[in-house]
Amino acid sequence: MSSFKISVRQFGVHAILVEWPNRVEESILDEILQFIQYLKKNQLDEKEWEFIPAYNSLTLICKDTVLDFDYLKPKIKEWYAIKGKIEPATRYLWRLPVCYDLEFGLDLEEISVELGLSVERITELHSQSIYTVYGIGFLPGFMYLGGVPEVLEVPRKSTPRPKVLKGSVGLAAKQTGIYPQDSPGGWNIIGKCPVPMFDVKKENPCFVQVGDKIQFYPISMAEYQLHKIEGEVGIYNLEKKVLDA
Amino acid sequence: MLNIIKSGFFTTVQDTGRFGYRDKGVPVSGVMDSFSVSKVNTLLENDENSAVLEITMTGPTLEFEQETYIVLGGAEMSVTLNDITIENYKVYKVNAGDILTYGKLLKGFRAYLGIKDGFNTASVLGSRSYFKPITERDSIKKMSSLPYIECKLFSPKISKLKVDSVLDKTELEVYKGPEYKLLTDKQLAQLFYREFTVANENNRMAYQLNEVIEGNKVSMLTSATLPGTIQLTPAGKLIILMKDGQTTGGYPRILQLSDMAMSILAQKRSGNHISFKLR
Repeated sequence: MSSFKISVRQFGVHAILVEWPNRVEESILDEILQFIQYLKKNQLDEKEWEFIPAYNSLTLICKDTVLDFDYLKPKIKEWYAIKGKIEPATRYLWRLPVCYDLEFGLDLEEISVELGLSVERITELHSQSIYTVYGIGFLPGFMYLGGVPEVLEVPRKSTPRPKVLKGSVGLAAKQTGIYPQDSPGGWNIIGKCPVPMFDVKKENPCFVQVGDKIQFYPISMAEYQLHKIEGEVGIYNLEKKVLDA
Repeated sequence: MLNIIKSGFFTTVQDTGRFGYRDKGVPVSGVMDSFSVSKVNTLLENDENSAVLEITMTGPTLEFEQETYIVLGGAEMSVTLNDITIENYKVYKVNAGDILTYGKLLKGFRAYLGIKDGFNTASVLGSRSYFKPITERDSIKKMSSLPYIECKLFSPKISKLKVDSVLDKTELEVYKGPEYKLLTDKQLAQLFYREFTVANENNRMAYQLNEVIEGNKVSMLTSATLPGTIQLTPAGKLIILMKDGQTTGGYPRILQLSDMAMSILAQKRSGNHISFKLR
């Protein structure tokens, strides 16, 4: 019994798009994650289907099949109506270290002026908040995080940098996040995280999933260097806590 | 081993792609012109996921260390095997020490080299398709080599195929995208009653087009994109996502290319003309 009305649309011949109301809201994300869990358990084989959640949408892709939309569209609405209350997959709160040293926080001094807050206050506010992962995309392991405090909202840089280094922590408008690899980027850079967000050597290359929460905690330059080495050899220990427990 | 004497402009190893990691932001990758590659692998009686070389614009020079069988496909280039000219969609036996040399690009943009049982390079997250930094390399490099399994004897059921080529086609079949309804009559007229020109910005991630249509100011939340998704930017630019394209985007997804249209577009380069036809 859900309070949300969904729309179901064809997306090419191999995918179907399910959409919830056009808002950024935890309760919508919860519904999407529950629905994924329901579909995986009861209707759609995980070996054949990919499930891509983001903000208010869920895209279901079946790469080798030309889908029968006349059959699937009403079916998906029917499944959504009968799914009931179901536990989503286990979600975690991840605590990720960030070194806010000015050597890494390239734009901290500039945005300190723009926001009228001291650098210390910015890093304090940034690391006190708990962020929700609303999507993963743009780059492998790049998280779209929601929950930036209003006082930290600052426009993206007028000229993007041609190269933002892997691990850089960015801040722009209502979003914050970590660049998982070297990339061009227009966000204000406020620090660096030594933990690799994407590691192809791991069976699960990206430990975070949509619906998880992230909290940053400040570390010193010396701690950064230590975690960086741990990250490179793949022995870093992540601090995590089960949510919904 | 296949020794790379010259790498060509941009040559990569590709199979059908990397599936199951899109929810972690990993693009699918895989061959750009899957229509042509399926013919190549069919002739070799390979698994459809067998890895081939995708050769862009100018081709490599390659030396075979073991006997095997090969098939060329996709773009037409002047290719010689030990100085003898060879053609597309025909099975050729190669011997140890044979040299394959790619010359001039004649038609199309991406040529394929298929080999019996496929290239045996490392599979990362379920695929051999190059995509940096998922794979170490973004393209093959001179003085390196690619592993394959020797094949001394193979009697192909069909040794030559007449392929209804994608190279001459310019009309791209499209489906309505999720945000198709946002399009105004004026935008629809601009989309379907004119030709577009492929811009210089075209690669395995995306193809841009030179002509703009009226822009779209609607803001939407980031949502999934697919290979073949056509996005419309606020400035009216059309961006067609290809196999290495990002898995999410925030621009309206107005149209979606058919699989065949993806193959047709993969053979186009800057300055070539295309048009859209709604299915």
